[in-house]
Amino acid sequence: MEEKKGLSRREFLKTTAVGIAGAGLASFPLESVAQKGVEPLQIMPEKGAVLRVLRWSVFVQGDKDLWDKNTRKWEEATGCKVMTEYISWEDVRPKAAMAASVGAGHDMVLGWHDDPHLYPDKLVDMTDVCTYLSKKYGGFEPVCYKYGINPRTGRWIALPIGGPVNCINYRESWVKEAGYEKPPSEVYEFIKMCKKLKANGHPPGFALGHAVGDGNNWTHQWLWTFGGKCVDKDGNVVINSPQTWAALEAVKELYDTLIPGTASWLDPHNNKAFLAGEISATTNGISIYFAAKKDFPEIAKDTNHVNMPIGPVKKPTELHLFNQAFIFKYSKFPNACKHYITYMLEEEQAAPWINAMIGYVGPSLKAYKNLPIWTSDPKITPFRDCIANMLWNGYEGPEGVASAAAMAEYIVVDLIGDACVRGKSPKEAAQIAEQRLLRYYKKKVSVPKKEAPAPAKKEAPAPPKK
Amino acid sequence: MQAATEQRGWLREKFSDLLEDRNFLGFLLVIPAEAILLIFLAYPFILGLWLGFTDTVIGRKGNFIGFDNYVSLLKDSTFWLVTYNTFLYTIVAVFFKALLGFMLAIVLNRDFVGKGLTRAIILLPWIIPTALSAIAFWWLYDTTFSAITWTLMKTGLLHHKIDFLGDPTNARISLIVANVWRGIPFFTIGLLAGLQTIDPTLYEAAAIDGAGSWKRFRRITLPLVLPLMAVITTFSTIWTFGDFQLVWVITKGGPANATHLFGTLSFQRAIPGGHFGEGAAISNFILPILVICVLATFKFLRRED
Repeated sequence: MEEKKGLSRREFLKTTAVGIAGAGLASFPLESVAQKGVEPLQIMPEKGAVLRVLRWSVFVQGDKDLWDKNTRKWEEATGCKVMTEYISWEDVRPKAAMAASVGAGHDMVLGWHDDPHLYPDKLVDMTDVCTYLSKKYGGFEPVCYKYGINPRTGRWIALPIGGPVNCINYRESWVKEAGYEKPPSEVYEFIKMCKKLKANGHPPGFALGHAVGDGNNWTHQWLWTFGGKCVDKDGNVVINSPQTWAALEAVKELYDTLIPGTASWLDPHNNKAFLAGEISATTNGISIYFAAKKDFPEIAKDTNHVNMPIGPVKKPTELHLFNQAFIFKYSKFPNACKHYITYMLEEEQAAPWINAMIGYVGPSLKAYKNLPIWTSDPKITPFRDCIANMLWNGYEGPEGVASAAAMAEYIVVDLIGDACVRGKSPKEAAQIAEQRLLRYYKKKVSVPKKEAPAPAKKEAPAPPKK
Repeated sequence: MQAATEQRGWLREKFSDLLEDRNFLGFLLVIPAEAILLIFLAYPFILGLWLGFTDTVIGRKGNFIGFDNYVSLLKDSTFWLVTYNTFLYTIVAVFFKALLGFMLAIVLNRDFVGKGLTRAIILLPWIIPTALSAIAFWWLYDTTFSAITWTLMKTGLLHHKIDFLGDPTNARISLIVANVWRGIPFFTIGLLAGLQTIDPTLYEAAAIDGAGSWKRFRRITLPLVLPLMAVITTFSTIWTFGDFQLVWVITKGGPANATHLFGTLSFQRAIPGGHFGEGAAISNFILPILVICVLATFKFLRRED
């Protein structure tokens, strides 16, 4: 008998439903976190679709194992194929941009931060997928609306997935020795603790070199928590403010407590120093704990995490790497891409995936914060709330070429570095940053007539009121 | 039918006549090489030049904006810092590479046991991929794990850790040292080849005339290797000026842009920063400087002739 190619819609839905239920029972016997009764997403993948997906290579092995396993499951269920190209996370942006420029390449990209806002009109509308997942999994965290929606059209252009999030990683015994049960959540108290840690011969260490993730994340958070920011809502540069000066005064105090050499630290430095027992605290993802559990069990036992300290603004202002999936309009298989990424974020696949990473990627969908993994080990619980605590790159201004360029130029990292390492007064440092920001925020980016954006559509879904 | 055959014969004859023409045959033979140069060198080069005059940003075609990118760069303090860095890096590194390379070439030109092996070892820094040697230096310069600091502290010569890359001056010196280490073999091997072509009888005659070793070096060795030195220095200057890998792996241009060069700033602004036009304009700034460098060398060589 000739083998039947492809599936009818009915057969397909039946097969996937069975597959999903089976997987769910086998790997996750606990109560479902999904909202019941949400109407399924009516998308049919193109027959025989072969998807080329570009994503960042893994930080923790469990990520890749489960991601690939779930992909194979989707392939079996749909008869389609996925070719995933894993590349270093910093290389995703140029490759995706090249694809956008030439109109050929990967069908779907799992990119970073402002990527979708660099070429919003070249991306497939994701509103259906985002609305469905949002309804089913308790809605997105507030920052996702800023990252995923094109402000000109009000439509979703990317599906927020979450991010490899950062917390304060600290050594319990040394923090206790300094007289604290855990690092204080108030920023000035936190500085006091760092002074004591240093006095005891266990200084902390925070990356102040051109470290793409570890440098940018904590310095932005520090600036914002004092009320400083690069730009206001309209993109006017407002960095040279009393709030920024206060942030710089405080960070100078913190810097005096750090281990020497942090001005040159790139992303891997703090991991190495923490695992070598050279530093008592740093900001990092769960990768240090993950590595310690495997190779340095004594350090793992003594390691714990808390969220970043909060300053005068009295609410969390964290920044983390933020990952989202977007599909290019040139793709021949937009529906298959949508179906695939939705499938990957359904509980049956996403729960074991987040589980295997022991929480490396903080979830964008609120319901996933209820997964048992987050409380299975109290040391990972703080990572659960990071996405809820975060602001977007370029806060409080619009996402786009200027915010991307400002981050790539390390303007905020250098602002902190100028004040701490290079002896500039807070006002001088802020002025330098102001000049550098003005180059991008003042610059008008002209849009060729052919590529002018489409007028806003009326049925735009409104982000939730904070 | 016959007319067609006749015409084909005529064409064949004409073509074989053309092949007899040395100019035409020469042109025909270089077409493949020219095509490769055009596609892989001239096209990207011209595209780079063109991009420098546009406001192209990532993922979007730009418009022609004349010299706006260049004017904006000339007003940018980071660009001026990077210009200073690049000149400092190139001048100091090339000077030391030339000096040490020449000294090493003179030593290696003498007869000693294990000469062949030593010459092979000297080439190692040049052969190892830069990305690998950059990672080795990255570890050597690590504040926490540096083998240099560790050795000095263990031997009691030092009592604190050296901040190789955190301080702007230290970072510049560290990168220049890494570049010099990598570039010395190019000078050594090049100049060694030059030294070996000098006729030994010249030295013998000079010695008979009573010239000491300094005088022989000044009057014979130096003038004879100078043209070669000029060519090697030009090449080395071009490479050092456009250096990227060492800096990108070791410091990414930090701390506070103290080690950014034209190459790294151009990449940073074009690719992660998304401003292709501006990135290309920074690269284009290198061009006139290098052209002047090459012209100066040619002028010097012509004078030598």
